[in-house]
Amino acid sequence: MRGMSRLSIVEMKLFLREPFLGFFTLIFPLLMLFSFGTVYGNEPNEYFGGHGMVDISVPAYTAIVIAMTAFLSLAIGMATYRERGVLRRLQVTPLRPYAVLVSQVFVLLLMTTASMALLVACARLVYGMRFQGDVISVAGAFVLSCFSFFSLGFVLAGLAPSTRTAQIIGMVAFYPMIFLSGATMPLESMSEGLRHYAKILPLTHVVTLLRGLWVGESWGQHVTEVVVLGAILVVGLVISAFTFRWE
Amino acid sequence: MQGKPIVEVEQLRKRYGSVTAVDGISLEVYEGEIFGMVGPNGAGKTTTIECLEGLRRADSGEIRVLGCDPQRDGYALRPRIGVQLQESMLQDRLRVWEALHLFAGLYANPVDWEPLLAGLGLAESRNVAFAKLSGGQKQRLFVALALVNDPELVFLDELTTGLDPQGRHAIWDLVRDVRDRGKTVLLTTHFMEEAERLCDRVAIVEHGRIVALDSPENLIREFGTESRVVFRAAPGLDLGVLEGLSAVARTESIGDRVIVHGHGDELVVQVVNALSASGTPIRDLRTEQPNLEDVFLALTGRAMRE
Repeated sequence: MRGMSRLSIVEMKLFLREPFLGFFTLIFPLLMLFSFGTVYGNEPNEYFGGHGMVDISVPAYTAIVIAMTAFLSLAIGMATYRERGVLRRLQVTPLRPYAVLVSQVFVLLLMTTASMALLVACARLVYGMRFQGDVISVAGAFVLSCFSFFSLGFVLAGLAPSTRTAQIIGMVAFYPMIFLSGATMPLESMSEGLRHYAKILPLTHVVTLLRGLWVGESWGQHVTEVVVLGAILVVGLVISAFTFRWE
Repeated sequence: MQGKPIVEVEQLRKRYGSVTAVDGISLEVYEGEIFGMVGPNGAGKTTTIECLEGLRRADSGEIRVLGCDPQRDGYALRPRIGVQLQESMLQDRLRVWEALHLFAGLYANPVDWEPLLAGLGLAESRNVAFAKLSGGQKQRLFVALALVNDPELVFLDELTTGLDPQGRHAIWDLVRDVRDRGKTVLLTTHFMEEAERLCDRVAIVEHGRIVALDSPENLIREFGTESRVVFRAAPGLDLGVLEGLSAVARTESIGDRVIVHGHGDELVVQVVNALSASGTPIRDLRTEQPNLEDVFLALTGRAMRE
């Protein structure tokens, strides 16, 4: 237990020392908020289903942070640890393998939560963001989304033969999701074909679920998203358990 | 000085696909000694040591480390061993003290790592990030991490590779110090000089087998039969005069440098007498005693090169 907590503290320090990670997780979402917020403001608009732009963007940006954390921080981080031999060095200590994974998930969940909190605080203070949902429900959906995507991150780390490949696959998986998941552009503005494609992206389900609960919709309206994300979580865990390698 | 056996290996074998990395290695390491496995890269040293550490599963053979089977009793064994891995790195931005604090936290009964840091000359670097450390500092840090749990047995795999001679000597002193504190050391190296100067006993490994195992002195006495006399002479010296001598095996000349290979204490006497009898002016005459490098050559028929 002491080992796991020290590892988590070290992981957190290292995360904050990495300018790239700190920027993309904590600062980049704020840049998006302020640039779109400056252009569109937050007046309720028919185009946004009667909500303000900021109101429906905050959950969407949160979704982007989750994807970024899973594909960039977690997958590349784990692949790097394996390639550099950090995992093997830990393997010859009494530390149990799950402790490495738990501390990663814990730290990234914490960082993703911090990013979301920052986003919510800024949106609230600067644009008077409205929130019609239920905090517990949104928190639950957030955690489900994180676990689901983190398991994808572990799958990517397990399958990629090298850090380089993990980086490329991570980027290739991540960038289209930003634009096609409805996180930055509303799904309604897309062509029929593109919307079909968007539907198969896992991130689309995160955006739809978080945004729906955010504006006060019920879990019952989002059974599909919950089932899909739950399934990704289970399948991801099974695959990563089989593909996990120390070296 | 034989203590009780700490490591016992019987007929260890390990294949990777069609390549046989370890082909029936048997050895014992005794308490309180520095035991070295020496041989060229790819001889199977690292595979052997990683089987002992529990990182790899042997295809066949018996392994007991501190009375444990490294595969079956891994978690009983790990607190009692210290490991430095070949080609392992830490996180770039992890600082020296953080690494020690972290690894100390992974064990139930760690030592106080502050004196360890000072003893290894790392006190000044405690706040330096791993990526900013020199090669020697990184290796010393890995030694510190291998000692942080006060292990009974320490594995060091190619500890001095990539270090300059000065750094290498410093590490040797360190390893002797570890032994003098009552620990057993099992190391691998591809430097014959390192094995000769540092180890109490040496196993010479080639193609996954042990070709000889004894103290460096005994190995040299047994297999290092050839001595050399080296000197400089003006070009045109007739080497035939030397080749006729009974103690001389062969001669070679490189520029103005002449190397006379031969046997026994008679070699120097005969060579010097022959040279002075023929009135040949020579300079810089010296003799070279056989070393482990020669033992390796004698045993395997090839020179050991990095």
